[in-house]
Amino acid sequence: MDLADSPEEGEFRARLREWLAKVLPGLPPKPSPDDWPARRAYDLGWQRMLYDAGYAGLHWPVDAGGRGAGPARHLIFLEETEKAGAPYVGANFVGLLHAGPTIAAEGTPGQRARWLPPVLRGEEVWCQGFSEPDAGSDLASLRTRAWRDGDAYVVSGSKIWTSHAEVADWCELLVRTDPDAPRHRGITWLALPMDAPGVTVRPLRTLAGSNEFAEVFLDEVRVPVVNRVGAENDGWRVTMVTLSFERGTAFVGEVVACRRALGELAREARANGRWDDAPLRRRLGRLNAEFRALWRLTQWNVSEAEGTGGVPGAGGSVFKLRYSHARQELYDTAAEVLGADCLDLGRPWVLDRLSSLSYTIAAGTSQIQQNIVAERILGLPKGR
Amino acid sequence: MHFQPTDDQRALKAGVRELLAGRFGRRALRAAVDRPGVLDRTLWRELGEAGFFALRLPEPDGGVGLGLPEAVLAFEEAGRALLPGPLIATHLAAGEVAGAATGETVVTAAYGGLVEWLAEADVVRGEAAGAVPVRSVDPLTPLHRLPRPPGAAPESGPEPVAVLLTAAEQLGGAARVCELAVEHARTREQFGRPIGAFQAVKHLCARILVRTETARAAVYAAAVTADPLDIAAARLLADEAAVHGARDCLQVHGGMGFTWEADVHLFLKRAWTRTQRTGDSTQSDELLAEDLLPVRV
Repeated sequence: MDLADSPEEGEFRARLREWLAKVLPGLPPKPSPDDWPARRAYDLGWQRMLYDAGYAGLHWPVDAGGRGAGPARHLIFLEETEKAGAPYVGANFVGLLHAGPTIAAEGTPGQRARWLPPVLRGEEVWCQGFSEPDAGSDLASLRTRAWRDGDAYVVSGSKIWTSHAEVADWCELLVRTDPDAPRHRGITWLALPMDAPGVTVRPLRTLAGSNEFAEVFLDEVRVPVVNRVGAENDGWRVTMVTLSFERGTAFVGEVVACRRALGELAREARANGRWDDAPLRRRLGRLNAEFRALWRLTQWNVSEAEGTGGVPGAGGSVFKLRYSHARQELYDTAAEVLGADCLDLGRPWVLDRLSSLSYTIAAGTSQIQQNIVAERILGLPKGR
Repeated sequence: MHFQPTDDQRALKAGVRELLAGRFGRRALRAAVDRPGVLDRTLWRELGEAGFFALRLPEPDGGVGLGLPEAVLAFEEAGRALLPGPLIATHLAAGEVAGAATGETVVTAAYGGLVEWLAEADVVRGEAAGAVPVRSVDPLTPLHRLPRPPGAAPESGPEPVAVLLTAAEQLGGAARVCELAVEHARTREQFGRPIGAFQAVKHLCARILVRTETARAAVYAAAVTADPLDIAAARLLADEAAVHGARDCLQVHGGMGFTWEADVHLFLKRAWTRTQRTGDSTQSDELLAEDLLPVRV
């Protein structure tokens, strides 16, 4: 058991730090959260800088244009960029972490050549069309239909919780191509061009008041058959590749950010006098233990994935269950530190507290994650 | 970075588990429960011969010459097996108290408010004068209470290595109650199906595992760094995993969990006992809270 960098990892970390120190001061100011075109331009600009410096697609396979780095080096990259305050992956999230890896794993040579380089170079944005109003935790019940018509699929239905839909070029879309097959077997994965006729995007306002997500309505949209990745009706298996990526190193930056927020929270408590409240102070200490442990659990899972060819195991569900709860606890504690100011949206952590309400729901609710842990890790029988 | 046990470490852990399964299996465990307060000296010497106490003693001094990570893995197995006795105090006395390393001498320690196995110990480290016996809640851990003047400061608890090894025992106990809960949930049938098919039971089991695996990462990391803050965090997480794990395991067992015959209560009572061994937990909270503030000059 070893927590120290190997010489190669240390070298990688030192070079990355040096590069970040050089380029970050020259970045343009962050755009307003409501200005989607500006956010797209900012996120793509950062991706281009990563590409030019050789850091784009770090964890992608070399034959897909990536750097073939294992999970341990990807962890260093995410840790150092977060610590340095570098831009978040933002609009590039789906392209780099879902759609890209799926196409790299399941796409034809032609599909890889068409779609992967623009993601790495920061030229195209992808969004994700999986969830539907009636298909959330039960994703396999999705009903967006696709009929074959010559060299195209004709798609009708609606998708929800789609991030960056307003500014995306492509959508990785799950459609039902065989309504008579068992649920998991009648689904197909398509790359939908977002400018196709019949695509309507409507912003979805969350309880935090922001438009982070959108609904996407599809009315007889024609998608060329060549845009299908994997075989017809094999989309569920194709999709599971992307979902396992989502549960791997997806939260590394956030854990680093939480540990920083906890320090800021302690300083705020010291400044406003709440630090003298022993139970509250000890709750902050307990959260320090919690986030230290979550960082160690990340390192543990990453080292385990390193031994299994980079595919994260069910340990990702263990991590997500603990982390999503801990992060909500962090902001609830922040509200105690703030006192009555916790009702002021202008104060730090107040919006974060609202956003954190989604963590035990998004990417598999805690209840579904507990089913996964119980059935796949502990081997308990299926059944409700 | 490779934060997973090495092949040698896995082999060591498997070896300790095998030794304890052979020498302190369920029958021996229940026999020990029926003879409270009696320490098996033969087993103690066998542990000594196996290198359990001399694990971290340098080889030139007759030890095994291994480090904290290996000790943590061995004590995790001891916790899993509910092995009784002042294991940590004797381990820490190896090389300092004659016969401790070989298991000839049983050493206990007066850390704070309570002393474990005082009547059976050959040597007591710390001040135990005036200690009076307590009717211990854990049938496998006899306790004496130390006299404490009224208004004395809270107990400070033992040295960090003892805290870490206690956390390792808690981790082993948590991992074992997870297995017991799952075994019961798979085999016990009600309403015509295994109770583990019900989500309410599944979620109890899943939460035991989540707490255990989070604690495992914290405990192993503290074994690698030996940092007092990592050890404090490991202690808090491991205590939580062991106590809540045993509680949830008891709940999964239903009425059987409330019997003397089922082993679940032994895990819960030992987990409670270990939380007291390492001193007041609010001191760990305070240490970790202080760490959040910038160092004052």
